[in-house]
Amino acid sequence: MMADRVCNVRIAGLGGMGILKSSQLLASVLFQSGYDVKKAEVHGMSQRGGSVASDIRFGKEVLSPMIPNGEADYLLVLAEDELVLYPDALRPGGILIGPSIFAKTPLPNKKSLNVAMLGALSHYLDIPIEIWTANIRAGFPEKLQAVNFEAFNTGRNAVK
Amino acid sequence: MAERKLMSGNEAVAQGALDAGCARGAGYPGTPSTEILENFDAIGGQAEWAPNEKVAAEVALGVAFAGAGALVTMKHVGLNVASDVLFTAAYSGVSGALVFAVADDPGLASSQNEQDTRRIGIAAGVPVIEPADAQEAYDFTMLAFSLSARWRIPVILRLTTRVCHTASIVAPADAKVVPVPARFVRDIPGRVMIPGHARIKHRELRAKLNEIREWCELEGPNKIIQGSSTGIVSAGVAYLHAREAAPQASFLKLGMTHPLPMRLILSFLKEKSAGFVIEENDPCLVEQIRAAGGDVPWNPDQYRMGELNVDRVRRMLARDPAPEAALPKGKPPRLCAGCPHGYVFEIFKKHDLIVAGDIGCYTLAALPPLSAMDSQICMGASIGVGLGLRHVLPETEARRVVSVIGDSTFMHSGLTGIAEMVYNPPATGHVVVVLDNLTTAMTGQQEHPATGRRLNHSPATRILIEDVVKALHVPNVLVFDPVRQASELEAELLKALQSNQLTVLIARQPCLLAAG
Repeated sequence: MMADRVCNVRIAGLGGMGILKSSQLLASVLFQSGYDVKKAEVHGMSQRGGSVASDIRFGKEVLSPMIPNGEADYLLVLAEDELVLYPDALRPGGILIGPSIFAKTPLPNKKSLNVAMLGALSHYLDIPIEIWTANIRAGFPEKLQAVNFEAFNTGRNAVK
Repeated sequence: MAERKLMSGNEAVAQGALDAGCARGAGYPGTPSTEILENFDAIGGQAEWAPNEKVAAEVALGVAFAGAGALVTMKHVGLNVASDVLFTAAYSGVSGALVFAVADDPGLASSQNEQDTRRIGIAAGVPVIEPADAQEAYDFTMLAFSLSARWRIPVILRLTTRVCHTASIVAPADAKVVPVPARFVRDIPGRVMIPGHARIKHRELRAKLNEIREWCELEGPNKIIQGSSTGIVSAGVAYLHAREAAPQASFLKLGMTHPLPMRLILSFLKEKSAGFVIEENDPCLVEQIRAAGGDVPWNPDQYRMGELNVDRVRRMLARDPAPEAALPKGKPPRLCAGCPHGYVFEIFKKHDLIVAGDIGCYTLAALPPLSAMDSQICMGASIGVGLGLRHVLPETEARRVVSVIGDSTFMHSGLTGIAEMVYNPPATGHVVVVLDNLTTAMTGQQEHPATGRRLNHSPATRILIEDVVKALHVPNVLVFDPVRQASELEAELLKALQSNQLTVLIARQPCLLAAG
């Protein structure tokens, strides 16, 4: 599916959930995998608990930084309530990833939900695991690495 | 070759300025422009927060008078404050280079209006360059510095939210500009804008603009993509939306939107069976192209409001005037739980005060459940507006009027309001409450002259707001901790409202976000 067509990922949730952090990690992973990448988000109010969404688009050549309606391939929603904001976001056959994937395999640390969701996404993307690993290592201070690796793996296994 | 990097537009502007040999960057924080100077500092540039955009532009102009390169950054409304500098710096010109990086906010993600900076570029008579993504943000920043140096004119780099805050791949230039050392060369007729000098400089400015227009026609940062007989003229991020919405169409992508290469535009349109203009914000391009005889239709008026995207551009190209579905409303931001500002607004609400407000996080107090702010217009307006209300309202209402302003906003534009209050006091007196959380919280905790730290958080002389207002002869000045002394603050506020005195109450408690 990642031939010439642009692939679209939207990560959505509330300020303080680490949306911007996870979208930054994802964009970096995609860049290092050789794709053209654009990552668009609106800053400013995000620390005050408001709705936050980040669009990450990748492929051979990305034009607009924002995902057109009905063209998202993956919609990662970190707060279930926020789903109502994106009723037409996914394309037919697009994949919704929400916190309910952790109903059976609970997360060790709720603060790492953002990275756990990336783990779930990684199951669907054709990207070598080493690139994910290197970016998580580079993206967090040493003391937070173990918990984030665990979250990533929990997410990756939850959707298998 | 320099290493390719994933950069936001703001990071790319900072890198472009550094690689263009910029000697100093100055600005005032404002979404979506704030990270430009923070990044410029982080990569080794000399960067400062000035008290406001006008002062920042003056500092930058001084740098450019000394023959060095200067960057000044602000959001669109900041250019209103700095426009007094811009309009006459366009006449004087510069010896080094002076670039105004100005970030517009179409759709008002975090602003009080959605004005279009291109209008100011046209009015002031300075070139306006518009990048579409981070690579262009980098390249066009370099270009802005070189144009400014070549024609000795300030140049506006017009950014928008989606350029500032979109990360994409940037290949930096291999060749960096080596800055020339600053030195003073006297030029009294060129820099002292008395009428006799300015009349001459105005002619010079118009001559420069004609030369720049010719340059833009022949070798400007414009590109043509040949496709179908539908021709689309576009600029900035709107061009990227349009390419995606109409992949078969022909495009004229303008990198400079003032002065316009009108011969190029008209010859591009002439060969096409249908012409369109896709632009974000005001119909600046449509107006100018139609005035020059170009056959392009007006876009339905609704598309000048809000941010464009691929879906909206598809509707514009279909000339769809149907009302657009309202976007689903997200959860609005709110004051943080336990925010010190909240305690003050609870008091205002309890006593049903008439609150002349200002710009900052605390503007969120205008929304439910507090609903405790009655006006918010521009930086510093709380004081003047509060005084105006006091002057004419019946006494019982006048006594309920209070002005509320944050610490950074106070340093930006509150001082002259206090001077007005002391100079022309209302008969009932007045009360100004300064919400001092020791940071510029709204934009992400930047320093300002009353924090005692510079942009890079190194120590600076701290200006104490209570000392300043006392020096301006405000008779009644008190400082409270709004969390621990809420009842004392309330009592003092009620007493002050009943007196005919001028009072400044400072509610000081660090921002929760700064505390971590």
